[in-house]
Amino acid sequence: MLLSAETVDAVNENLAHLSNWCMYSAIAVYVLAFFAYCAEWVFGGRSRVAQQSAALVAEPAAEAGAPAAVAPAATIAAAFGGVAVATRPVATETRTGGGDADGVDAGRPVVVVRGGGHDADAADDRGDVTNGDERSDRFGRIAVGLTVVGFLLHAGTLFARGFAVKRAPWGNMYEFSTSVALMAVAAFLVLMTRRPVRWLGLFILLPVITTLGVAVTVLYTDTQQLVPALHSYWLWIHVSTAIVSFGAFHIGALASVLFLVKERYEQRMASEDKPARRWDTMMERLPASVSLDKTAYRVNALIFPLWTFAVVAGAIWAEVAWGRYWGWDPKETWSFITWVVYAGYLHARATGGWKGRNAAYLSLAAFGCFLFNYYGVNIFVNGLHSYSGV
Amino acid sequence: MSIDTSEQGTAAAGMSTAPQPESGDPLQQPRLGLRGWLRWTWRQLTSMRVALLLLLLLSVAAIPGSLIPQRGGSNPLKVDGYFRQHPGRAEWMDKLQLFDVYSSWWFSATYLLLFISLVGCIVPRTWAHAKALRTRPPAAPRRMDRLPVYATWETDADPETVLAAARGQLKKRRFRLTPTDDQVAGEKGYARETGNLVFHTALIGVLVAVLMGSLLKGSGSTLLVEKSGGGFANVLAQYDDFNSGPWFDTTDMEKFGFKVDSITQRFERLGTQRGAARDYKAEVTYWQGANGTDKHGTIKVNEPLEIGGTKVYLTNTGYAPVVTVKDARGKVAFKGPVVFIQQDTNRTGTGVIKVPDVSPGLEQLGFSGIFTPSTAITPGRGPHSTFPSLDFPALFLTAYVGDLGVDSGIPQSIYKLKTDKMRQLTENGKPWAASMLPGETLALPDNQGSITFDGVSQWGQFQVSKEPGKGLALYSVIAAIAGLVLSLFVRRRRMWVRAVQGADGRTVVEVAGLSRTEGGGLAQEVQALADDLRASAPVASSGGTGKGADLNKRDED
Repeated sequence: MLLSAETVDAVNENLAHLSNWCMYSAIAVYVLAFFAYCAEWVFGGRSRVAQQSAALVAEPAAEAGAPAAVAPAATIAAAFGGVAVATRPVATETRTGGGDADGVDAGRPVVVVRGGGHDADAADDRGDVTNGDERSDRFGRIAVGLTVVGFLLHAGTLFARGFAVKRAPWGNMYEFSTSVALMAVAAFLVLMTRRPVRWLGLFILLPVITTLGVAVTVLYTDTQQLVPALHSYWLWIHVSTAIVSFGAFHIGALASVLFLVKERYEQRMASEDKPARRWDTMMERLPASVSLDKTAYRVNALIFPLWTFAVVAGAIWAEVAWGRYWGWDPKETWSFITWVVYAGYLHARATGGWKGRNAAYLSLAAFGCFLFNYYGVNIFVNGLHSYSGV
Repeated sequence: MSIDTSEQGTAAAGMSTAPQPESGDPLQQPRLGLRGWLRWTWRQLTSMRVALLLLLLLSVAAIPGSLIPQRGGSNPLKVDGYFRQHPGRAEWMDKLQLFDVYSSWWFSATYLLLFISLVGCIVPRTWAHAKALRTRPPAAPRRMDRLPVYATWETDADPETVLAAARGQLKKRRFRLTPTDDQVAGEKGYARETGNLVFHTALIGVLVAVLMGSLLKGSGSTLLVEKSGGGFANVLAQYDDFNSGPWFDTTDMEKFGFKVDSITQRFERLGTQRGAARDYKAEVTYWQGANGTDKHGTIKVNEPLEIGGTKVYLTNTGYAPVVTVKDARGKVAFKGPVVFIQQDTNRTGTGVIKVPDVSPGLEQLGFSGIFTPSTAITPGRGPHSTFPSLDFPALFLTAYVGDLGVDSGIPQSIYKLKTDKMRQLTENGKPWAASMLPGETLALPDNQGSITFDGVSQWGQFQVSKEPGKGLALYSVIAAIAGLVLSLFVRRRRMWVRAVQGADGRTVVEVAGLSRTEGGGLAQEVQALADDLRASAPVASSGGTGKGADLNKRDED
């Protein structure tokens, strides 16, 4: 009967220390990466001379700047022994049959892509942070390298913690925040293998460093075992999907913020007098607003089913743990609200009068709900999800 | 729902193809009859714009329920607390149903309107989609080069060969085809709309399941001590409390029962979370039906026991000291565990022992006391527990004699002693107070008998719930997620291949693509198709790409 006398699992002190060491190192490396991204932007902005000369000469950077949508076509073409992709945006008539001009493969038909549709060039504009400046590009590469190093240390933090306590390393707010930040960086790195999104690096590190800073200073809790309510394999399923969703939604929200900023800039540039503002040199190097909107949509749409799954998994777990699958607990309520607003965002993008700015505001509102669901509900609202450890 | 007039025009224009009345001259507008108004309302309600507004309204309407205590929530007592703290404010808040947000008329109205709008949207769309599934993709426009993605070349192969190859290639890519004399039209990605419809239909399934659950559910709790009594049988009278939906039949409940064999609890001994629960579980014996065989089961947090369609959850545990009370004549008047309810995280518990069945002529006995599983006594604080496990259990009691009031027929709490018709036993002028360790026996003052602290049993609080519609809800959300994935990730697109004899006797091949939904990749797809077609329709040796160059030139002009 007296089972409580048995001792609880001893926490592996060394692993816990290693975890903390990794954490501080990761933050330091992220900060360095952030400065490197800053340098990338700064040096890219300074090379006005280079930019002007680049405009005069058809420089190879433009070749590389071919829209992403057709970039894989070039790969396919290479497999067939040649490149024959012509791209011709409606607004800027730049090149005709690049492949033909190079004379690589005369026997290959030219595929013409027109602007205006879903495959428009502008929708895949990747911006030009470096502005053709070599130093800027070097810093950009260093920044990405540092981001990867930071990411590995960051992952090490969670692995060490997970092994130290022999459970999923997301049992309290410190661990959850750390995981979410890790997933935000992961989403950025994964996206970068698919699309040229180095421009996002500077912006994604801001919330990542902030989140980690808050985690270390405010939310920190020593390695601990879990309360019985969390002893379930649903901890792996429900919380991990919520973490991935939250992390990736950071990118959707950032893209929406940048969309709003860039769109205003584009409007200003389209106006008669083109009033100059302070950050214009940065604005002009961001991807086109259409492209930012598309990035936001793609990330949000990709993650939305996963977020749906996370909520559903939570409901299934609630049924197992508390005897009802939905009880309007504050956390459940805010998950519902977040879900509904994201659903609203997806609908808004297909509704006249809501496209563009309004949809972007909804994307931000939805992310705001997610943030509140995490910080607000965990800290200020009492409910059944009281595992913050704070 | 009020929609201001400025929006009427635009919304109607967006949704209907009906001729738009001249704006700015309201007198000229034809009058809307009742039918017209109904029609207009229906159009508005089923428009995407209104659906979106309802969706956002729903999210806003859900907010107050997360910030204001709810009667149906996890802690309904907080509502009473709110009433005590802010009586005036709470009253009008109650009128607005702010303590029952999720069953309030305004929240229900929002989601019901939303679902009506949803039905109004998916029914016509299902028809349209069913029709689209039976129709062939349309023929290519005459000027294919106006399409978003386009390629053309000349070949020496004859048109039939090219078209046959195109059919083969598109079929291989699983396009739905319309072959005609001079072209092949293909369309793909119908699953997008199918998924979309499945998703939205499944949401209705979820709503139905939730409504079913709230109408038919029944849930209650019962507290059982290990190894004692006949256990629990699933009839209303055996519950400590019970909540059910309006359609739940309390007279015909599922026939089963269970008794508790043992309860185990484990607590954190180290660190800042010392004393926090780490694990608890109950081993039970259960039976199904009127005379079913005994089966063994384990109930843990996160692992309820499923008996038929009912689930049994372990929601709380605690200690029940086992005592034996003998009356003044030496008769065993009471023997068994007494449930003590913990008052703090270290499980300092309070409870009462009522002994009504004393020998005839004697006064009834009552005890009130404190149980501490790991006992410590510090001056000024009295007995309390320092850890929730049974490290050093002790029982502290005072005794009363008189009339317990249990024979009056008025139900009373088993956790409270009604002492108005009792007097406290004293010793040397001071109230008698006993502190006992397990196995100890103490004589009561004034020869009132004796009490023995035999040991400690554990109790578990069990929640017994039946909620129909869970299966429907689960299958609905699975369908919803599957539909969602299809509707977001499948791209609907068309491709055309045309091959005709040109003026110079050569065959002119044209390939074009059109994305009907969001998502890129069409250029690569057309490129790949063109590349594959080259096997059957090789680019003619001279002037082959010239055509493309010509075309580019033409556009440049």
